[in-house]
Amino acid sequence: MNNLLEINNLKVYYPIKGGFFNTVKDYVKAVDGVSLNIPQGTTYGLVGESGSGKTTTGKAVIGLNHITEGEILFDGKAISGSGKSVENSKEIQMIFQDPYSSLNVRKRVFDIVSEPIRNYHKRTKDELIAEVLDLLQKVGLPPGSLYKYPHEFSGGQRQRIGVARAIALNPKLIIADEPVSALDVSVQAQVLNFMQDIQEELDLTMLFIAHDLGVVRHMCQHIGIMYQGRLVEEGTAEDIFSNPQHLYTKRLIAAIPDTNVDKIDENLHIRQSVKEEYDQHFHEYLDEDGRALPLINISATHKAALPAKG
Amino acid sequence: MGEELLSVKNLTTSFKIDGTYYPAVDDVSLDIQPNEVVALVGESGSGKSATAFSLMKLHRNARIEGQVDLEGKDLLKMNEKKMNNIRGGEMAMIFQDPMTALNPLMKIKLQIMETLKIHKTKAKSERESYAIELLSRVGIPNPERVGEAFPHELSGGMRQRVVIAIAIANRPRLLIADEPTTALDVTIQAQILDLIRELQEDLNSGVLLITHDLGVVAEMADRVAVMYAGQIVEIAPVKELFKDPKHPYTRSLLNSLPNEEQMGGKLHVIEGVVPALNKMERDSCRFAPRIPWIPEEAHEHNPKLREISPEHYVRCTCYKDFYLKSDPDIGLQVEQEQMENSAEEVKE
Repeated sequence: MNNLLEINNLKVYYPIKGGFFNTVKDYVKAVDGVSLNIPQGTTYGLVGESGSGKTTTGKAVIGLNHITEGEILFDGKAISGSGKSVENSKEIQMIFQDPYSSLNVRKRVFDIVSEPIRNYHKRTKDELIAEVLDLLQKVGLPPGSLYKYPHEFSGGQRQRIGVARAIALNPKLIIADEPVSALDVSVQAQVLNFMQDIQEELDLTMLFIAHDLGVVRHMCQHIGIMYQGRLVEEGTAEDIFSNPQHLYTKRLIAAIPDTNVDKIDENLHIRQSVKEEYDQHFHEYLDEDGRALPLINISATHKAALPAKG
Repeated sequence: MGEELLSVKNLTTSFKIDGTYYPAVDDVSLDIQPNEVVALVGESGSGKSATAFSLMKLHRNARIEGQVDLEGKDLLKMNEKKMNNIRGGEMAMIFQDPMTALNPLMKIKLQIMETLKIHKTKAKSERESYAIELLSRVGIPNPERVGEAFPHELSGGMRQRVVIAIAIANRPRLLIADEPTTALDVTIQAQILDLIRELQEDLNSGVLLITHDLGVVAEMADRVAVMYAGQIVEIAPVKELFKDPKHPYTRSLLNSLPNEEQMGGKLHVIEGVVPALNKMERDSCRFAPRIPWIPEEAHEHNPKLREISPEHYVRCTCYKDFYLKSDPDIGLQVEQEQMENSAEEVKE
């Protein structure tokens, strides 16, 4: 399987300026050497807490961030720096986290969803309407929404509008930045199912950025766990959930609230013991600058940033 | 029982749409005992936040009817001045979004001192030290320094802790937590939930937890009320609700969660959408349009909330005939097996 997206040693640093001449004093290392590959047609889940650099990684891919170092290959071609082309802009689309701020409040649904089409293609009004109606149907919105404004919709419906906009140009790669974290479970189920359908239908590849491990487990074939700008563990969903190696991964998994009411005490106990282990031993998993250690191979598919034995 | 902390009877909150009032909260009755966590679950638009805001009387242009007794005082008959003493005093709220709940121009400690001043909880000389004490109480490291900080200097989890510190400053009897962890990371969420539980036990107060995260509900709540389209459709103790959910809506909701068994497969989806406030049939089962495969006779006219086993209430009769459409055969098979299993258990 060839990789649609390859990220090699990506670094995104933000300068901290200060002092008399406003010189650069230090850098915030938002992303500090991330490498990952996403095979065509699969979903890669990037998990981490806020501030771990997962969104920055996604934004670097779509070109919303400058890249300090490293390269991003899309379909085998470098897209970082000057390699970015019009085609790339069409083929990589993003679904944003917050359905409230990612839609222009002054525009109607028709204008929002048709905007990417109008930017790249020549269409008559009737064709546009037909296309937008088709997209609305795909995302499960009634045709009557066409001339409504975003404030007339609930959060879940707004997210669908965002998805409709993202798939309007038949992209190859979708970067979904916490697409369901603002949604209700029932709506979440609809959006997730629908994203899987769309993925199959259009043979989409997805970079799925989320902090909800339950959702990631459901959606993604491969998962990468980020901590402070670096990957600390990477593997298949099976590797990560059945055989987590890094203490941080274990802690994240233990923190998921479970709906199995019989296991609540057990879960609280596990969470407590993992937290104690984390408090005592986590420094062993970091280098002297407080950064995660380099990844080492555990199996063919599984890597983790573990301290050297002994 | 008579020892209820909060007793809500027939609460109906209506909003005006095109000149007519439509109830967003429709005849909700609920009580909370001291030291009890009651979760209110439902989709957005189900009226759970509208219920919370009605209890606090924070709606501006709404018509609120019914009775809300907090330790024997009817809040709905209270004037605004007295209500201001209750809000943030005996009854406090933790808001969903810690980014907007704090004043960006005020130092953290001043925001906490403000509520202490308004409710006359502490004398002027003690306020500052008490504010710092509260910050350390909610697990903020280095409280003196954080007290001097402005909200934007803190992370989301820290801000939510500050919001909680303000909420508990006057030792409230009732804490309303409106999606307290929705904006937070899982590890922070676990800490905040631990904190709320700990504080609630400490103050012996009741908590009304509003959330759509069923995992959080399972871990936190003693009792759960499920809301749909403005009505409570099911109330049960937490274990019973998760093990033996009855109402079709509750069952559909629990089934739509991603779980280990159907990893990568299709999730259960509830057909249709939540009905709009002004286009809803009010005298029939409100969930009926979303389960069209259930025959009409299964529903009742003017569905009532009935106690079907101790402490377990379900609205409408349709739960008896309900099965999940996603896999009716397997559904029936599983039910049959369950029945056989329980029959065997009885024999043993």
